Amino acid sequence: MTHTLTRVRTTVNEEAVEFLCEPRQSLLECLRDILGLTGTKEGCNDGNCGACTVIMDGRTVNSCLVLGVEAEGRKITTIEGIAQGSELHPLQRAFLENAAVQCGFCTPGFIVAAKALLDAEPNPTEEQIRLWLANNLCRCTGYGSIVRAVQQAAAQMREVSA
Amino acid sequence: MKTRNYAVVGTRPIRHDGADKVTGRARFGADLQISGLLHGYVLRSPHAHARIRSIDIRKALAFPGVKAVVTAADLPRTPDRVVELADGPVRLSHLRGNILASDKVLYKGHAVAAVAAVSPHVAEEAASLIEVDYEILPCTLTAPDAMRDDAPILHDDITTMEFGEQTGKVCNVAEHFRHVLGDINQGFAEADVVIEREFETATVHQGYLEPQSAVALWNNDGRVHIWSSSQGAFSTRDAAAPILDLPVSRLKVTPMEVGGGFGGKIRIYVEPVAALLSKKAGRPVKIVMSRRDVLEGTGPTPGSYVRVKLGARKDGRLTAAQAYMAYEAGAYPGAQVAFGAMCIFAAYDIPNVMIDGFDVVVNKPSTAAYRAPGTTQAAFAAESVVDELAEALGFDPIEFRLKNAAREGTRRADGPKYRRIGCIEVLEAMKTHPHYTAPLGGPNRGRGVAVGFWFNVGFPSSCTISVNADGTVNLVEGSVDLSGTRTSIAMQAAEVLGIGAGDVNPTVADTDSIGYTALTGGSRTTYATGWAAYEAAQDVLRQMKGRAAVLWGIDPASVEFEGGVFRADGRSTTFKELAARLDMAEGPVIGRGAVNPSSVGGSFAGCIVDVEVDPETGKVSILRFTSVQDAGKAIHPSFVEGQMQGGSAQGIGWALNEEYYMSPEGAMLNTSLLDYRMPTCVDLPMIDTVIVEVPDPDHPFGVRGVGEANIVPPPAAIANGIHRAAGIRLRRLPMNPPVVVEAIWNRRA
Repeated sequence: MTHTLTRVRTTVNEEAVEFLCEPRQSLLECLRDILGLTGTKEGCNDGNCGACTVIMDGRTVNSCLVLGVEAEGRKITTIEGIAQGSELHPLQRAFLENAAVQCGFCTPGFIVAAKALLDAEPNPTEEQIRLWLANNLCRCTGYGSIVRAVQQAAAQMREVSA
Repeated sequence: MKTRNYAVVGTRPIRHDGADKVTGRARFGADLQISGLLHGYVLRSPHAHARIRSIDIRKALAFPGVKAVVTAADLPRTPDRVVELADGPVRLSHLRGNILASDKVLYKGHAVAAVAAVSPHVAEEAASLIEVDYEILPCTLTAPDAMRDDAPILHDDITTMEFGEQTGKVCNVAEHFRHVLGDINQGFAEADVVIEREFETATVHQGYLEPQSAVALWNNDGRVHIWSSSQGAFSTRDAAAPILDLPVSRLKVTPMEVGGGFGGKIRIYVEPVAALLSKKAGRPVKIVMSRRDVLEGTGPTPGSYVRVKLGARKDGRLTAAQAYMAYEAGAYPGAQVAFGAMCIFAAYDIPNVMIDGFDVVVNKPSTAAYRAPGTTQAAFAAESVVDELAEALGFDPIEFRLKNAAREGTRRADGPKYRRIGCIEVLEAMKTHPHYTAPLGGPNRGRGVAVGFWFNVGFPSSCTISVNADGTVNLVEGSVDLSGTRTSIAMQAAEVLGIGAGDVNPTVADTDSIGYTALTGGSRTTYATGWAAYEAAQDVLRQMKGRAAVLWGIDPASVEFEGGVFRADGRSTTFKELAARLDMAEGPVIGRGAVNPSSVGGSFAGCIVDVEVDPETGKVSILRFTSVQDAGKAIHPSFVEGQMQGGSAQGIGWALNEEYYMSPEGAMLNTSLLDYRMPTCVDLPMIDTVIVEVPDPDHPFGVRGVGEANIVPPPAAIANGIHRAAGIRLRRLPMNPPVVVEAIWNRRA
């Protein structure tokens, strides 16, 4: 069965991009299979694991629950857009320093979600961090090291901006 | 004791693959793109038990964009034999039957056919056009039911093996074995108190976040290349070769990053299917499982029925222990009940023991290993009865365990006599931890404890180390890295060579590029492959001493190495200086290490948990959790803590929420991660850890594997905590709110 392809113009990691996709393809598929941005992961494809979390117009979304065509005119940030050039983002450094990465599969989703949190709330409590990240599943760490990494990154980022 | 001060071992460097893992650059199986790639989709059985009358693939083949369709008829029909795999012997017919069903489907989700097409969507659409004519058969879903004489029989060719002898009886019980130590009748007669209880646990899944995937290319020269996110490149080759009827040398397996395995990615599923599709289509084929496929079509861990009877004297000494353990193997034999039987009473020195184990096939997915496979179910039963017995005799639960703790010289009922172990040290660390005596701080709260054991495995590992001119080294290893083992292995080489962890550049190689290395599993990787790295580094040092001797014109035996410096006759050169001059002294240095340890030291773990039980809703909250484990020697303490925290979290999920919720027809009804409820960030407290170090007597650094024992105690500890909080003894997992609240109502009634 051939499906009509739709042209989508959007912004991914501050770069204007244009691609053709089928109406049934999710944003996750478009990012991974069309744009080659495979850092965003598929863990469940039904919005329950958070491995595909990206930021769309300032809000976190499960990219498996967004259609590719819905990206038209939006601004999207993926894990590939988090580091500042060759410098890791403080969250990325903190994830490594706190051993908050084990298998690393959920890590992109957690880092993207945590970035959106710190953009909105530079000084979150542990409870705020846990509630915010409750959409993201990790099966390796038990979450403590991830929460600590976010706390450490938040403190460092507040220091820099102070 | 080999405890000493190390320069690298025991520190916490950033992992070598860290940047790749936090930037999205790490390549997992599904991330692979190669030219001409087709996408596969596996059609699965909608029935738990049915005979396949016919499969008509014509409409699917005619669908635009479809390049190949395969069924079991495309699998080589080599005669049945026993194949030795990483997790034990398995009959080839069973191995093959789980890849693609031939005459019968044995569980809902059993693979029946597969399609390769130009896109995953086209493949899925085409697969829906495959017409399978099923004759639906009655199904059997639990071990006790499947053992009944009138139970539906899954396999006509499985007869019960009893105490090592074939009975010839066609039956769902594939094996019944027994371990005996002493005389339990005499032991129970000596007891002042005897308690016997029944326990059940539901089927649960490892729940790794990355679904299984594989890419396969059946090349025009007859060689097959598989890219896989399994727990071992060589173990995947070992399993795929007999299924495809190829010599291992015709198969090359390239390991991709692995998004969690916990034992569930030891068995292979889609790799041979992708290879068969590739052979037919003449192009590479990628298959990525959906989450539903993962839950329905891969191996969860067995549900179980366990009966435990313990007897003790008034002085607190255990006199006898008996266990009856029936585990659900799923569709094919291999329920890991043997592992559970090895571990069920492993923490105790008991003179009289009898353990009966039953491996029972049922119409659920063929089960697979899950972190200390078979042992969490066993410990839930044993540690609950130990707790009840301690209470009945008026002992503190840790004191009672200490009175009976296994130690060096204790004989386990399945045969082995312990060498140096850390059971007592773990219990002492629990007893003296501030958590154990801290106030509970509110009503409806209770504190529970439990301990657990996992024996760990050795198995072969290989490493090579090449010296770079700048004084760093490249380390090539065969162990796929699930959790940071590139670093824990590299650190052991660095310690020997007197260089930094960052001066070792580790690579996980494919099966054409490194010596045989067994799976990443059994808590063996930092232990065994680390040992291989140690040997390879020693080989490098021997050769480097020879090179120093050549440069200095002296006897190599007079060259000594300490603290990163080679010395002889008043001359000295650092590792780095010598590395730069190898071209002047016979050329490159490549060290090699290969090990196959046979005397592996097991690991004990324990936990202390504070729970709060809501008497109105039955919800159990984990308020505080402390995990204690013997690591032998913690190479990278942060990674050891990570294993302990991760195993604890999985144990908590197993205890409180997770289960395959089955319909009477054998359909799993909760096939999403919304309904298969794993712990989230808000369900868990910070998990405290205490690393105990009782060095393994043989390992060069005293390492004991730490990947598994930590999951064993939590369900029992939580049940024991719930008893103290709410006055109810729960003996079925999961202990979810409906179960808890019903038990509270029954107690009030």
